[in-house]
Amino acid sequence: MRLLTSIAAALVEAWGELRVSRLRVMLSLIGVAVAVAALTAVTALGAIAEQSLREQQERFGGRPALLSLQPTNSAGEAADSALTTAAFDAAAERYGITHTSRTIMDQTLVQLPTGETPVQFQAFDADYVTMHRLAIREGRWFTDGDAERFAPAVVINRDLWQMLGEPDLSTHPHFPLSGVQPTTAVVIGVTGDDCQGGCPTMNLLYDDYQRVGFTPMDYGPDSYVPQPTYEAWVPPSQAKELMKRLDSSISASLGDGWQTNISRNDYAAYLDGDPLLPVKLGVGGVAGLVLLLGALGLVNISLVTVKYRVREIGIRRSFGATAGRVFFGVMMESVVATVVAGLIGVALAVAVMKSPLVSMMMSTPVQDLPPFPISAAIVGLVSATAVGALAGLVPALVAVRVKPIDAIRL
Amino acid sequence: MTLLRLEQVTRTVRIPDAEPLHILRGIDLEVEVGDHVSIVGRSGSGKSTLLNLLGLLDEPTSGRLVFDEIPLERMRSGQRDRRRGRDVGFIFQQFNLLGGRTALENVMTPLLYAGPAQFWRRRRLAAEMLDRVGLGSRLDSLPTQLSGGEQQRVAIARALVRGPRLILADEPTGALDVETGERVMALLDQVAEDSGAALITITHDPNVAALARRHYRLDQGILTPSGAEVRLEPALAAPTSAAAPALAPPVAPLAGPSTSGEVL
Ligand SMILES: Nc1ncnc2c1ncn2[C@@H]1O[C@H](COP(=O)(O)OP(=O)(O)OP(=O)(O)O)[C@@H](O)[C@H]1O
Ligand SMILES: [Mg+2]
Repeated sequence: MRLLTSIAAALVEAWGELRVSRLRVMLSLIGVAVAVAALTAVTALGAIAEQSLREQQERFGGRPALLSLQPTNSAGEAADSALTTAAFDAAAERYGITHTSRTIMDQTLVQLPTGETPVQFQAFDADYVTMHRLAIREGRWFTDGDAERFAPAVVINRDLWQMLGEPDLSTHPHFPLSGVQPTTAVVIGVTGDDCQGGCPTMNLLYDDYQRVGFTPMDYGPDSYVPQPTYEAWVPPSQAKELMKRLDSSISASLGDGWQTNISRNDYAAYLDGDPLLPVKLGVGGVAGLVLLLGALGLVNISLVTVKYRVREIGIRRSFGATAGRVFFGVMMESVVATVVAGLIGVALAVAVMKSPLVSMMMSTPVQDLPPFPISAAIVGLVSATAVGALAGLVPALVAVRVKPIDAIRL
Repeated sequence: MTLLRLEQVTRTVRIPDAEPLHILRGIDLEVEVGDHVSIVGRSGSGKSTLLNLLGLLDEPTSGRLVFDEIPLERMRSGQRDRRRGRDVGFIFQQFNLLGGRTALENVMTPLLYAGPAQFWRRRRLAAEMLDRVGLGSRLDSLPTQLSGGEQQRVAIARALVRGPRLILADEPTGALDVETGERVMALLDQVAEDSGAALITITHDPNVAALARRHYRLDQGILTPSGAEVRLEPALAAPTSAAAPALAPPVAPLAGPSTSGEVL
């Protein structure tokens, strides 16, 4: 109860002090608020940049942990597709793997308004979109329902969309696909990828790919024939264990002479520890420097004011304020002020980060952009408090050394 | 009961490139509970230095100081601060009110360093105390909006709000005109009397000194009882007590034992 009273009394005292010296508090508040805003914004930018970097890596290698499997025999031939699919699905079911996909990349000739054009394509199952966190610019990605469509749904890139004359997706733009079973592709989405009009690509569901039976392009003799890859998205902690199990279980189903060639390709598999550590360190260094400058300014202001308040401290001591209380009181003032400034700074940072300016500066749009990185807000507030305590320490030490008699004599 | 005892207390300050300055030389003094002592002396005779010692703000260079049966050297600094807050009330010549804070806030200040019982009721205690010094209607006035006499009354309320057992007044009327000074002194005397606190007044005004029961003179650091002053008392007491009725409204409520009992 006594301690509680002391703390409450110190807070009352600090608040009274802040109220009386509004101008000085305003000045120091502005400095701290700006520093905290900068720190928070930098931290938030770091978090968003990290997210953007991770998304790019995930698009190619998949989200951790992604296992890829490609059964071959000693002659380098691909295993029978139906057989492998069955074995793969059975194994996934047995080990409780929720997200799996087959995928293949190839090229085919497509009859476009601009003429017959080679188009790079990738076929995969609907889960692949989640497994690689694929982004879309317009329209939507595949869902399981799309497999039942009569005309295969395709998601094309910007280059191909431009070749089609930039049609509105609500008009269900389509183009013919030739193969064993010629059909018409209906465009349901457009991705942001492009290479300045030079490389049209499209994506379609694996089942549709099999149904169409694209005419293989002539790559010349001895050329590499694309083979499907089977992908499974598993918890990183179980990745090693599941690799072994999938390997043995699928090899067993395929019979003698077949190898499964299972590997892990997501970015987390290549790197020990945090692949973004350098980015984080750089960002942290800049933020720390900004904060240090803010703290120095605050120390300066508080030191000036302590000298000015020596007399008042002397009077307070003559009315029973212990040295400890004076120390705590001056410290509290600084902390109360910086916490308020910290809140303002975080609010400022949120406002800045929400402005369209920032998203314009990002080279690639971030898909899973968090509303505002909570971690950044916490970093901002914690460091504001720490700076307050640190900046309060020097003047508090000075205040404690004030001798009441000398102070009153003034 | 002895509240405070000084035995052969000296206070010397060292000044760079000069002889040490012997401000107080062998002071003996005993103050009883409820005592009223005056100390007169010329400027520079060491009055303030002595008062700071009595109020536990300073330490003697040699000799013994016993406060409430506890020798000073046995108190740690935090204990000393807390005891000062609880048992001692200071009134200064220059009032020393906290600038920018209202009368009420000034009187609440000592309660910030008090225990829970007083801290949580600080607003009421302070308002009551201001009422008792006749400033019940000026709670929200800033020091700059108050006259010198009013400011000193706020200072008296602040010194008394925790119900100290020893009130130390260092030239409390020094910055006031004669008439205001007399009224403030009468009030201080009355409030101290009601609360049963010992009052030590430092002054160089014989009229103010005359209000006390025991008189001392401080000369070049030596304290001597001055019975001679007593003869001034009957002559000077008259106008002072004549002034007292003018203060009757604010002072009257003090007499009730319930109010003074609450503060103590
Ligand atoms: N810390 C110190 N350093 C140097 N000299 C000091 C110190 N404290 C007091 N003195 C000197 O000691 C003497 C007595 O000081 P003190 O303040 O006690 O006098 P006083 O009797 O209160 O005078 P006044 O009536 O003018 O207030 C003065 O000459 C003062 O300059
Ligand atoms: Mg003096």
